[in-house]
Amino acid sequence: MNTHVSSLRITSVKVLDQDEALDFYCGRLGFEVRDDADLGFMRWLTVALPGQDSPQLLLELPGGPHQDAETAAQVRDLLTKGALGGVFLTSDDVHATYAQLREAGVEITQEPVEQPYGTDFGIRDPFGNHIRVSQLSGATDREIEERYREQAKA
Amino acid sequence: MDLTAQEDTNRRMLRARDEMDRRYAEPLDVPALAAIAHLSASRFGRVFKEVYGETPHRYLQRRRVERAMALLRQTERPVTQVAWDVGFASLGTFSRTFSAVVGCSPSEFRAQAEPVDVPTCFVAAWTRPRERTTFSEKQDGAAAD
Repeated sequence: MNTHVSSLRITSVKVLDQDEALDFYCGRLGFEVRDDADLGFMRWLTVALPGQDSPQLLLELPGGPHQDAETAAQVRDLLTKGALGGVFLTSDDVHATYAQLREAGVEITQEPVEQPYGTDFGIRDPFGNHIRVSQLSGATDREIEERYREQAKA
Repeated sequence: MDLTAQEDTNRRMLRARDEMDRRYAEPLDVPALAAIAHLSASRFGRVFKEVYGETPHRYLQRRRVERAMALLRQTERPVTQVAWDVGFASLGTFSRTFSAVVGCSPSEFRAQAEPVDVPTCFVAAWTRPRERTTFSEKQDGAAAD
């Protein structure tokens, strides 16, 4: 099926305070602001990694024109209990990234773990979103399958 | 950041639950988890259930069973070793709990499971067994390790 959809450009990450979100996503994780505009009914705030125009994270407050107060409260409830979606990032030095984030006091949900496909660890943003940071080994699918088989026998 | 009292409670309970996820193979340490959540040990269980809909013990059992499912699927370790690796002290308790949660025995699960090639955290989240009607609070408590 060809829908002509060609890229993922922006995806929404719910946050509870956009200034605090900037501190975290830009100040801690290294994202840069792409758009920061007051639309009146909302602050349109997007960030992306250096040198990249996409994908962008829309750091969005619950509420706004498409959510009533009760729905927004439900979203805030789900967010703070860790029940909303997550973000998967890659790093070219996962251990260095881990050390920096730990030093900065970021909540660590899992220490770096060696996986057949690489190494990764988990953190949370200040609002409860889960973020996974991976360094992929560059192994081929066949090599990864072989590592799973070796792991199975260990 | 302005949080309502409930949102603040949620956030603190999430930190405690993350700690349970990290230390799933260790005995449930309610005082330590309560300290992370800034609650008394006597209130922790009740507030956890209010936020997550199940007791800390039940959550931990499901977490352990989920890890056991991964080990059964991805390794050739004996079932007894898997039980110990995920925090059960006896094979009998492990088998009863696993069957109550998953609906089949560990050996039956292994026989029908195939390895999956996606990030393990994603597998963990999406294969974490949900509540079954046969996995009652009574059974849950009786299966404590």
